[in-house]
Amino acid sequence: MTDMTKSLSLHLGLIALLLSLNWLLPSYHHGNLARIMVLAIYAIGYNVAFGYTGLLSLGHAMFFAAGMYGMALTVRHLGWSPAPALIAGILSGFVLSVIVGLLALRTSGVAFMIVTLMFAQSVFLIILYFTEYTRGDEGFVIQQAQRVMGGIDLSEAHNRYLAALLGFGVCLMLTWFLVGHPFGKTLIAIRENEERARMLGYNVYLHKLGAVVISGTISATAGALYGLLFGYAGATFATVQYSIFPLLWVLLGGAGTLLGPFVGTLFMFYLIDFTSEITTAYMLVAGVALVLLTLFAPQGFMGELRKRALGWLP
Amino acid sequence: MRPVKYVLAVKGLSKVYGGLRAVNGVDMLIPEGQVRALIGPNGAGKTTLVGLITGRITPSFGAVSFLDQDVSNLPAYRRISMGMGYTFQITSIFAKLSLHENVALAARRRGGSVSQMDSAVRAVLEEVGLSERIDQLAGDLSYGHQRLLEIAMGLVQKPKLLILDEPTQGLSSGEVSAFKALIRNLAGNTTVLLIEHNMDVVMAIADFITVLNFGEVLAEGTPDEIHANPAVQSAYLGGGDAGT
Repeated sequence: MTDMTKSLSLHLGLIALLLSLNWLLPSYHHGNLARIMVLAIYAIGYNVAFGYTGLLSLGHAMFFAAGMYGMALTVRHLGWSPAPALIAGILSGFVLSVIVGLLALRTSGVAFMIVTLMFAQSVFLIILYFTEYTRGDEGFVIQQAQRVMGGIDLSEAHNRYLAALLGFGVCLMLTWFLVGHPFGKTLIAIRENEERARMLGYNVYLHKLGAVVISGTISATAGALYGLLFGYAGATFATVQYSIFPLLWVLLGGAGTLLGPFVGTLFMFYLIDFTSEITTAYMLVAGVALVLLTLFAPQGFMGELRKRALGWLP
Repeated sequence: MRPVKYVLAVKGLSKVYGGLRAVNGVDMLIPEGQVRALIGPNGAGKTTLVGLITGRITPSFGAVSFLDQDVSNLPAYRRISMGMGYTFQITSIFAKLSLHENVALAARRRGGSVSQMDSAVRAVLEEVGLSERIDQLAGDLSYGHQRLLEIAMGLVQKPKLLILDEPTQGLSSGEVSAFKALIRNLAGNTTVLLIEHNMDVVMAIADFITVLNFGEVLAEGTPDEIHANPAVQSAYLGGGDAGT
């Protein structure tokens, strides 16, 4: 079996496993996993910029929020049905990432982190400023009747799980294709040695812009799906915290690995879930786990696995 | 006689850093197929000059024309994609990627099918003697092998002008001989601009030499002419028997 067929079977295998879990999991974990898959889409998007291109953004919540509000506002104020609203959300993220990419990529390193952080803060403040429409911090609920897509009620647990899985599967395989493509390989080259890539004749700026747009659009897809499947949009999702989350998930799972975002999201979700039952200081436990991981597995779960055993992991 | 076609024409190229003129009014013409060596003492401005030619550094004054086209205002990546191949003085490879992927990144930009690209990569690694290590990580190679990989990445682009910045630095004497043979193989097909400290290499493979001193062209000529030039000897060779 070639490396490519191995990795293709692994990724398709994960999707098949998640599909079968739809009928096997008890309802509590079933609901959790639907949420984790949508959040993992967000992490997959973040990983394209951070893990594969080396662009450390501290403002990805703006893309998540753009997707969420692009979807939710058209449903609430224009009465759009879920399908076009979802597309509106994804397009909002696409447009925002083109604009932010064009401007923020004039900087690099620490300046890029700060610029993306500032842009995200602006988006957050814009949401608050237009509280009349967005309901600001308080947010608003998307009614069950507004979440029926082509006769399928997306608020129903199984439909929601399958919709989350569909989104997750599409984004996972999209990035699987991306990293095998010359464009994706050039992104890795830029991450590894930007000056060398430039002196091989690659237009580094354009490639980075492509990475930010793909990353932002996938993140927006996650935001739009999250709002639609869980029936709520609020300004909390545009806060700094939501820019840090995907960074943590990706670091835990393994930056620059395709399965890392999912593994990291899954781990972090359940870590908080378990520890919050035991103690109110659950973030402390999460913090300790993070410290231990950075000490003993600095490349994250999948990164370590690739280093030690499975060198073919994309 | 057909008119000589210049692959590279540099006119009045200067770079001023504060009060220091690192490169000062350099004119240089490199005809097609020539192996041109650029020599000079440390700090003479050789790497800066090459940086100006490739577009890594913005010139203060002057113009660069490549393949009869003025490229003075083009960014580095455009000049590279027009056919300048550049290898770094300080080894610059993709340490965490395999040798194959390192060379493939250099080859891929030229287009062509995956199998063509793959055979080009294998051929060039064979040429520099690294084919057995094709799946190793570039960062695990010895320094000398990394230099060879760097040269392979330049060669696989089949550039119109191959710029080599001190390619033999850190190579063993056996590897240096292999390198000389490699460049001699290219002679006539590829135009080469070579910055080199090793005078044995320069005398063996250069068709023509430009000597840079304090950012200015001190002398130009064939290896024999340069070797006999008293100004060059006092500035650089320091005596008369260096390099022989």
